[in-house]
Amino acid sequence: MSDSPALPKAAPGMRNLARTLEIDTRLLGMIGAFIALCLVFHFLTDGRFLTPRNIFNLTIQTVSVGIMATGMVFVIVTRHIDLSVGSLLATCSAMMAMTQTLVTPEWLGLGLNHPLTAPAAIVVGLGTGIVIGAFHGWLIGYLGIPAFIVTLGGLLVWRNVAWYLTNGQTIGPLDGNFQLFGGIGGTLGETWSWVFGLICAAAALYAIWQSRRNKISHDFPVKPLWAEIALGALVTAAILGFIAILNAYQIPERRLERMFEARGEVLPEGFTAGYGLPISVLLLIAVAVTMTIIANRTRLGRYIFATGGNPDAAELSGINTRLLTVKVFIMMGILCAISAVVASSRQTFHSNDIGTLDELRVIAAAVIGGTALAGGVGTIYGAILGALIMQSLQSGMAMVGVDAPFQNIVVGTVLVVAVLIDTIYRKRTGD
Amino acid sequence: MADTIDRSGTPLVEMRDISIAFGGIKAVNHVSVDLFPGEVVGLLGHNGAGKSTLIKCLSGAYRMDAGEIFINGDKAAINNPRDARRYNIETIYQTLALADNLDAASNLFLGRELTTPVGLVDDARMEAETRQIMGRLNPNFQKFSAPVSALSGGQRQSVAIARAVYFNARILIMDEPTAALGPQETRMVADLIDELKRQGLGIFLIDHDVHQVKELCDRAAVMKNGELVGVVDVDSVSVDDILAMIIAGKKPQMAA
Repeated sequence: MSDSPALPKAAPGMRNLARTLEIDTRLLGMIGAFIALCLVFHFLTDGRFLTPRNIFNLTIQTVSVGIMATGMVFVIVTRHIDLSVGSLLATCSAMMAMTQTLVTPEWLGLGLNHPLTAPAAIVVGLGTGIVIGAFHGWLIGYLGIPAFIVTLGGLLVWRNVAWYLTNGQTIGPLDGNFQLFGGIGGTLGETWSWVFGLICAAAALYAIWQSRRNKISHDFPVKPLWAEIALGALVTAAILGFIAILNAYQIPERRLERMFEARGEVLPEGFTAGYGLPISVLLLIAVAVTMTIIANRTRLGRYIFATGGNPDAAELSGINTRLLTVKVFIMMGILCAISAVVASSRQTFHSNDIGTLDELRVIAAAVIGGTALAGGVGTIYGAILGALIMQSLQSGMAMVGVDAPFQNIVVGTVLVVAVLIDTIYRKRTGD
Repeated sequence: MADTIDRSGTPLVEMRDISIAFGGIKAVNHVSVDLFPGEVVGLLGHNGAGKSTLIKCLSGAYRMDAGEIFINGDKAAINNPRDARRYNIETIYQTLALADNLDAASNLFLGRELTTPVGLVDDARMEAETRQIMGRLNPNFQKFSAPVSALSGGQRQSVAIARAVYFNARILIMDEPTAALGPQETRMVADLIDELKRQGLGIFLIDHDVHQVKELCDRAAVMKNGELVGVVDVDSVSVDDILAMIIAGKKPQMAA
């Protein structure tokens, strides 16, 4: 019975501390890389990078790719790939745009900005995502066509189905309520953002406490109480700090004036208001929590990871791996539809090129976030952090004034280097 | 050993006239074997003789082309591993069939997770159960939170065995359970087989080692080229007789 491979000797203190706190060292590394990246850009842009305004923009720019990246984790964990997410997003967006500009106002005679328009459009979008995702899953799981081929075909097919549906036209403006999902057009405001932040912090603390109680009830070893309290304090500070930053981004006076005018009031002297948490970011948080629960706490998630680790073992354990493939691609389709809501409402219209190259950004986000292409390994939070790192890199370089070709050269290089570092890390730790 | 088995009643398992072919090659050709409660039947033969294939029809991994399986005298329909588990048939595969990226508890309960009242998987309870059964099977086992890829061959084997034993198997299939093990761990498996026999389980044991079969089994079924050479009481034949059956396909005179 051999012991695990010897750990590298470097920094035993840090490693022991991380182990006591039961924190993933890989997560720490990613957060460290992200902070370093932010500081470098902050310095290079003379302090324009880490401002409430830019952080607000970064978060809303990350949402669309972040949502899809969580689904890509499951796809890659089960040893598949999805090259069609950008095109699928375009088809869902086209279906929703046609629903809210043609079907409900004209065919159903509801007129513009009817309260039912946005929900109807979203239902149509989700339905489109589910049907196409299920179709992909069926081709891959039941007919045995490799996912690479099915979704490579899908990349071409769905991009051009979207084109055909809209005759290649830009469709807009989209419904007013629908546009609330776009980011700056729909935020919670300061009060509700604080309420949401406090609820999140309370939920996180409760989860930590519950997990400790559960371990004690089964006589499992628990980490020291001070570590537990430190972790809770850190999480609370991070959540409330994030809310404080988003609240600190002030709505410009002009815009406030117009908002008060629309209500027939006059802007009081000295009145200010922060944007607070965008609804699109709220959506990303909801998706992240749901997907994390699916991954860690449901049978579905357990089967996804088991199938990725050893498909034969999963089959012999009575798991229907074909149906599982269909379910994974249905989830991917749903997430593409949600991303389509965010992406199209953020630009206030549907355009023919929406979501172009998103498949590469989404796969890169998942891979930078530690999802292994060999299958079986990946985390939801990693993928979202990966999306955030990609987006920071892109907008940071744009702010510094790096030429467009160099931006893409850097992003491509970072992707490869990130995977190289991850490979070395895995070899060292024997994970 | 053999004289303690009561074979007058209904067999626990009766595989009757089983055939399965892969692309024209008859991997198993009209083979019949049976198994009684508290009995260990060894399956012997060269690589490619068809013993693993035959047994995979019972465990639901393969679907037989022809033949019938009776469990406790009733005809059983086994089309997939889930069906086999419903008949309390558990299998320890030669490859162990473990998901390397998951921990011991997740593997032990794979496909049969314990859940909380709201339907979420109850990892704490599964780990507690795993600690309990591993404490009985392999008291040295400590790595409960590590993925099984970090375990040694013997530890991995004990996870696979724990999975088969935990769910109250009535019929146990072991495909070369000691192939990857050292002498001490092999002893552990032998003791376990004896204990399970006493509890009245029926065990099919696939093995290459004729001496081990003589020691652990009550009867031995020998296969060659997909066909059954014969079934013998291990105590009434010599090692050489069994080897002759494996190599030459010759059935000894004295065996019934």
